[in-house]
Amino acid sequence: MSTILNEIQQRILVLDGAMGTMLQRYNFSEEDFRGERFKNYPTPLKGNNDLLSITQPEAIAEVHRKYFDAGADIVETNTFSGTTIAMADYQMEDLVYELNYESAKIAKKVADEFTKANPEKPRFVAGSIGPTNKTASMSPDVNKPDYRAITFEELRVAYKEQVEALIDGGVDVLLVETIFDTLNAKAALFAIEEVKEERGVNIPIMVSGTITDASGRTLSGQTVEAFLTSVSHVPLLSVGFNCALGAKQLQPYLQRLSNRTSFYTSAHPNAGLPNAFGEYDQSPEEMQVLIEAYLKDGLINVIGGCCGTTPGHIRAIAEVAKNYKPRRVVVGV
Amino acid sequence: MSSAQPKYLKLSGLEPLVVTPESNFINVGERTNVTGSRKFLRLIKEENYEEALDVARDQVEGGAQILDVNMDEGMLDGKKAMVKFLNLIASEPDIARIPIMIDSSKWEIIEAGLQVVQGKCVVNSISLKEGEDEFVRQAKLVKRYGAAVIVMAFDEIGQADTYERRIEICERSYNILVDIVKFPPEDIIFDPNIFPVATGMEEHRLNALDFFNATKWIRENLPFANVSGGVSNVSFSFRGNNVVREAINSAFLYHAIQHGMNLGIVNPTLLEVYDEIPKELLQHVEDVLFDRHDDATENLLAFAETLKGQKKESVSKVLEWRNDPLQDRITHALVKGIDEFIIEDVEEARSTSKKPIDVIEGHLMTGMNVVGDLFGSGKMFLPQVVKSARVMKKAVAYLQPFIEAEKDGAVESAGKILMATVKGDVHDIGKNIVSVVLGCNNYEIIDLGVMVPPETIIEKAISEKVDIIGLSGLITPSLDEMVYLSKAMKKENLSIPLIIGGATTSKAHTSVKIAPNYNHTVVHINDASRAVTVVGNLLKADNQVYKTQIREEYDKFREQFLKRGKRKEYITIDEARKNKFQIHWNASEIVKPKELGIQVIEDFDIVDLEGYIDWTPFFRSWDLHGKFPEILGDEVVGKQAQDLYDDAQHLLNEVFKKKLLTAKAVFGLFPANTVNDDDIELSTALEQTNELSPRALPSSKYILNEDSLRSKSRGLTRFLTLRQQLKKREGVPNFALADFIAPKESGIQDYIGAFCVTTGFGTQELAAQYEADNDDYNSIMIKALADRLAEAFAEYLHKEVRTKHWCYAKDEALSNDELIKESYKGIRPAPGYPACPDHLEKKTIWELLQVEETIGVKLTESLAMWPASSVSGYYFANPEARYFGLGKITEDQVEDYAKRRQISLEASKKWLNPNLAET
Repeated sequence: MSTILNEIQQRILVLDGAMGTMLQRYNFSEEDFRGERFKNYPTPLKGNNDLLSITQPEAIAEVHRKYFDAGADIVETNTFSGTTIAMADYQMEDLVYELNYESAKIAKKVADEFTKANPEKPRFVAGSIGPTNKTASMSPDVNKPDYRAITFEELRVAYKEQVEALIDGGVDVLLVETIFDTLNAKAALFAIEEVKEERGVNIPIMVSGTITDASGRTLSGQTVEAFLTSVSHVPLLSVGFNCALGAKQLQPYLQRLSNRTSFYTSAHPNAGLPNAFGEYDQSPEEMQVLIEAYLKDGLINVIGGCCGTTPGHIRAIAEVAKNYKPRRVVVGV
Repeated sequence: MSSAQPKYLKLSGLEPLVVTPESNFINVGERTNVTGSRKFLRLIKEENYEEALDVARDQVEGGAQILDVNMDEGMLDGKKAMVKFLNLIASEPDIARIPIMIDSSKWEIIEAGLQVVQGKCVVNSISLKEGEDEFVRQAKLVKRYGAAVIVMAFDEIGQADTYERRIEICERSYNILVDIVKFPPEDIIFDPNIFPVATGMEEHRLNALDFFNATKWIRENLPFANVSGGVSNVSFSFRGNNVVREAINSAFLYHAIQHGMNLGIVNPTLLEVYDEIPKELLQHVEDVLFDRHDDATENLLAFAETLKGQKKESVSKVLEWRNDPLQDRITHALVKGIDEFIIEDVEEARSTSKKPIDVIEGHLMTGMNVVGDLFGSGKMFLPQVVKSARVMKKAVAYLQPFIEAEKDGAVESAGKILMATVKGDVHDIGKNIVSVVLGCNNYEIIDLGVMVPPETIIEKAISEKVDIIGLSGLITPSLDEMVYLSKAMKKENLSIPLIIGGATTSKAHTSVKIAPNYNHTVVHINDASRAVTVVGNLLKADNQVYKTQIREEYDKFREQFLKRGKRKEYITIDEARKNKFQIHWNASEIVKPKELGIQVIEDFDIVDLEGYIDWTPFFRSWDLHGKFPEILGDEVVGKQAQDLYDDAQHLLNEVFKKKLLTAKAVFGLFPANTVNDDDIELSTALEQTNELSPRALPSSKYILNEDSLRSKSRGLTRFLTLRQQLKKREGVPNFALADFIAPKESGIQDYIGAFCVTTGFGTQELAAQYEADNDDYNSIMIKALADRLAEAFAEYLHKEVRTKHWCYAKDEALSNDELIKESYKGIRPAPGYPACPDHLEKKTIWELLQVEETIGVKLTESLAMWPASSVSGYYFANPEARYFGLGKITEDQVEDYAKRRQISLEASKKWLNPNLAET
């Protein structure tokens, strides 16, 4: 079977769209989130989307299926918050391994179905590794600037558990994403490198940062180039950006990134900027036009969607992506 | 990537640093080093980190491109100091801009430093001193942490002090790093040891020259490797003679660069410009550096004597902005986050202002507005703004005593403001800024931090008796949280003004989505300076006019927004019905009530309700805010709460003992199905007479209402429900209560209940009695208790229905707390409340259950219940049933409703008025 490394050299790979947006449609109640198993769990569980991999696995598989059906080459596991740090909100730290393992299994099973049906277009699973809900290089307290709510070591341990479970569950690639604090990401990469060494495996890694606003910086204050420099010590499959901005706002930063990295590039922007109601209303057609601009400029090797994107968006992106050649890796300084 | 391509050392702070041949020489600031700077050591020892940061800032402003930080001192906890200082630097964007060099001879300090810096740092240093294994171990970790590394020319034998030893050790180190560790060669920086010259010792004569040559060899023979050195060391023997020292430093640096040194640890403020070194001095210096003749050192020493004591003009950077006008200086300090001079500037402003508060409202706010503008336009970013806020805070702290003195004695805070970033959101900088700015304006801030659950906000708001609640959030899901909180505030009957802020919030969202949920003041604020004005107005003694203005402004804005917006806000009732909440009826578990029909409980023994009382609202009605029972131990109101509670218990015992209040209830369970989407049709006919046979309840009398039931035409009653019409995002249904009952066409028999409970009989008389005795206290007390008892009765009866009469949850075992939190399955919505705002439904319930005839509770003209301490509603048993707010509905539903209700359109509009969408 072809590897993701083979495929990425030949064509633009399409990543899936938002999981959360799709799960909202199921309108799961507290009981649905709990399922039989967590019927009597002491904390409210509604909103713990990662848990649905255990309590509503069919829904998760269905979302993956919809994205593959729309033309995605890669789907992300439903594990954005799958660390002990993020799960502490639900007192579900002990479930982290299982959540990641099951999520990976579900996605992999669906990917295999699609690959079997059409071996010409092999499908892959990216293990989604989110930023957690704490920042290692910023203080949550303005009056105690030297205080940190989380340490590198705590992050490393948490990420390691997630990574091991994702790999055990069979993911093809790891995706460290929505990085708003580069130090968190560095802890994730540190953990991944440890696991790779201990197990003698060489799983590809994708890294995706988040430019938060018009300042063109990450939340922790780094420019595009500083961010790139800070994560390039690990051999990456790709580096890119996702979330916070729409395709249009992201383009200049992607251009800068593309000019400066010898890794493949990725982008999964939001469906535009949120409107006054916090909803994303960019249509698949509108987004398609903006993504095509990336393709024309040869900026991209992996393209997908983040908040507000749906299988409709991914279908539109996939349609246009197949008409273009992937970005060629040429590095400047 | 082919190896022919150049590879450059790349580092990063908040900004990148790429070391290319064009970058000439990278300047490493060395003053933040306890081994090299006594001042810095003293500052760190005294834990004067503020000034220690100024040292760092001075280095950056003086041109340093990398900042060397060293905490190796016997008396210091080096690891702790390193972490603390690096963490502090991270919040100083002017400093954090450049990459950090973590400098220590102790690996544990280096590693601790690597764990707190987000950018790509330089480790200074590792070497073969402890042998190859340790060297490899450390190098691997450096690589994994994503840093570059300085490798000292040092091995198991010692420090390289000749040309040959230098190149031997560097080559060996290079090969290990590149071949074994797979360290990127461009990330290797050799330090081939800079030793002092002109020491008078013969063996030191080649110190500079050997360094130059070794540097050249490394650059030519070890691909992509860089060379660095601690420059100041070279002039060590001329300490105290700065003119000569700086000349040596400059000349050495100049030539080292020529030989290929591309980084260096230099104090940029202690460096003469090479071209400006006097010719004669330069001649002597270079003779020494290149060991041009035997008496080079003698000559330089002799010449140096002639220069001793010569005062050299300071090359340190003049702080030119200090010469600017006062306002510019204050603005500069705020924008740059420099607090060094803010006190003197503020003092100057104060001495020229009429009132100290004018400095805050004038000079400082002017500066903060510039900060706001720069931030808004993307020219400043978050960490800088936080810095600005800190300078602001410092300035205000200085002014505070003056402001207080002005007010003649102790000042009280101008008001208490609760600030919180809502659940699920970690972004709090905007909130913190507003907090600080408000704090600056003499408000007491209760900052609950980030990810604050709504319960906590409400609980704190009540217990702290705050005057205003400020909510913040940056990510879009926070908008929903704010909406949720506003609803919860209403549910809690709060009247505290609510202020909304944060990047994704807007006046539109606030006026359309939040304000309608909360019938008190809701204001959107987009910047901190406006927060001051708004809060000021809200907390004025006479604020009613302002509050009304705000309300009207937002109502109007909402109206216009909805009109103007191309977005269709409401869908037609037909569309809404198509988008109803879907329950999979075949899979849904419907339990047939064990006891169908109507039952009456007369003269219920209220003693049984004691355990069902939710005391928290009781205290609230007495203006004692806090959760029961914690409130009894509250520091501030605990004593009062306990007294009140004792009095309540006393009166309650009286009530129980003397049966002063009468509790009665009527409820019924009926077969029902939804018809025509929104109507719930109840079968009250007695085809299944067996099901409606009498059942005795403890201490109750059962009335079989067969006659009256039969007398009803067709034996059918309808509940009319209203359906949400606000356009929902995809996948979100438009709810009506009818959705929770199986539709007739499903062929599945479903059921519904209705009830009315009262504990109000006797209240009026008792209250009147107390009033006559001038005992207002007990008069209010009895009413408050009766209300609580009615709620308790409703809760009790609901439980009885769930577990005994309907029996769909017979195994339910919930504590009173859980009951209060409504943790059970099924709902008991009440007409007049958000899910069914139609008060006319009460009439239907009254007819259905014959409420007035059985238990005597009446409906007033405006359909209020009398006695007041009564609760009525429906029972829905489906586990999917939930509370929701109807929201606004449009004309088409009102017309449809008028037909269903068989009343005029005008009458319909009157009753549904609060829910009519503006058209």
